[in-house]
Amino acid sequence: MDLWYQLVDLLPFEWAEPGRMLFMKNALLAILVISPLFGLLSTMVVEKKMSFFSDALGHSAFTGIAAGTLAGFTDPSWCAVLLAVCFALLFTWVRNRTNLASDTVIGVFSSTAVALGIFLSTLGGRSFTKFNSLLVGDILSVTPEKIALLALILLLVALLWLTSLNQIALSAIHPALARSRGVQLIRQEALFNCAVAVVVTLSMTWVGLLVINSLLVLPGAAARNLARNMRQYTWISLALALISGFTGLMMSYYIGASTGASITLVLALCFALTFCFRKRCL
Amino acid sequence: MILRKPKHTCGGCHGKCCLKVEHLSVRMGEDQILEDVSFHLHCGELIALIGPNGAGKSSLFKSILGEMPYHGTISFQSAELGLQKARIGYVPQSPGFDPGDPMSVLDLFVSATTDYPVFLPIPKAIRRKVIDCLSRVNGEGLIDKRLGTLSGGEIQRVLLAMALEPIPNLLILDEPMSGVDIEGERQLLDLLDQIREKYDLSVLLSTHDFQTLGRVDKVILLQKKILAAGPTGEVLCSDAFRRLFGSQQEGGVR
Repeated sequence: MDLWYQLVDLLPFEWAEPGRMLFMKNALLAILVISPLFGLLSTMVVEKKMSFFSDALGHSAFTGIAAGTLAGFTDPSWCAVLLAVCFALLFTWVRNRTNLASDTVIGVFSSTAVALGIFLSTLGGRSFTKFNSLLVGDILSVTPEKIALLALILLLVALLWLTSLNQIALSAIHPALARSRGVQLIRQEALFNCAVAVVVTLSMTWVGLLVINSLLVLPGAAARNLARNMRQYTWISLALALISGFTGLMMSYYIGASTGASITLVLALCFALTFCFRKRCL
Repeated sequence: MILRKPKHTCGGCHGKCCLKVEHLSVRMGEDQILEDVSFHLHCGELIALIGPNGAGKSSLFKSILGEMPYHGTISFQSAELGLQKARIGYVPQSPGFDPGDPMSVLDLFVSATTDYPVFLPIPKAIRRKVIDCLSRVNGEGLIDKRLGTLSGGEIQRVLLAMALEPIPNLLILDEPMSGVDIEGERQLLDLLDQIREKYDLSVLLSTHDFQTLGRVDKVILLQKKILAAGPTGEVLCSDAFRRLFGSQQEGGVR
């Protein structure tokens, strides 16, 4: 962390002066780790047409935190990760067992999760207000340990991308072809959904439940406006996520608003811009 | 006649058979999907499989591909190589792609045929190899096109190029003519003729398009069992064909 603080001290911002506002420097590092995570996952979430899956996952993560709090854990996020992973696996299983469309299954799971979460958190007449911070998120309260954890997750997602992106992309674009090429469709899907589950759950506390879905959709959607192949798609999405993350954090510092919401607004602006310059048919 | 009604085994093949399907039956739960299906497919031969939807065409393909459990025997034999496991190239039925998909033909090739992560810059060697593969279907120019901009015929050619890498002994095409216009269909059939001559491979395809049947060696009419099999004219004149396809006339009606 010291190395990071020294590096940030070189930046020409008032909060970057040596020894001041460590929380802001932590937040910046956290953003630099979280944004690429969402930038990468976003491409395949959009490709697999699962934009609302992350929304449902956010709800299940919230349920997990409510359950964890109820059970008396001091750090309920592990409980939430576990629940979100189970949720993702159950979702994959149900989706492959029914003829219902994906969005219907997502709707079923999403509403169940949010109802269970509210039920658990208000059980015994308790107030819901202490969970409000989860809805909006607070990046400034992030600690170095949490950043290290997120960095580890980023490493794992990068590994997943190096080893399995071909298969994930192929099964999204042409399942029959993927199957004939020996891709285990259900295993791929389960793996990807679990990755999204873990990332959403662990970053929810910092980004906020209400806007986390937009982070998983907007970078990919904006990149899709411009990209003509997978390389452009991936790197444009990554770049947009990083730029928006940084700009959003600065906005929220100087204007004083929620960081998650600021990032989302910058991403939405990116989408609008890329939409105006979108590719015409090649 | 090499194609027979069920219960017969191969007689006059002289060891030149490429694919032997004998007494094949497939059940799915309560339903009998295929019942006692037997036929032979020779090297360089093109057989078309016709039959109404749900007749078991896809199940037959899946059985041959080993993706579905079955009873009976499916064996492969070649005059030079003896008994061995066939290398099968498969062109799946294609739904057409989302026009906005940011995936090029090159990306599809790399993600399906190599382990090289498709989001990293693609080395020249891999690109050259993909161009080689595409040249087999006269599709070198398609390499940087996005999938969403391809026509039905172009999609089939790209998928065919992938099925030909590595060169298979048997090529299976599931409804290759759906979504392909008349010109594309002619190109595709010309291409199949060239390919099976050049690489001495056998082709098995399913189709709803009776126009195609004028260009194939044999036709099998399938509905759970083989109802008729033989040269095109023979099958199209058979009672079973008339019963199934009623007023539809030979050629042209889909």
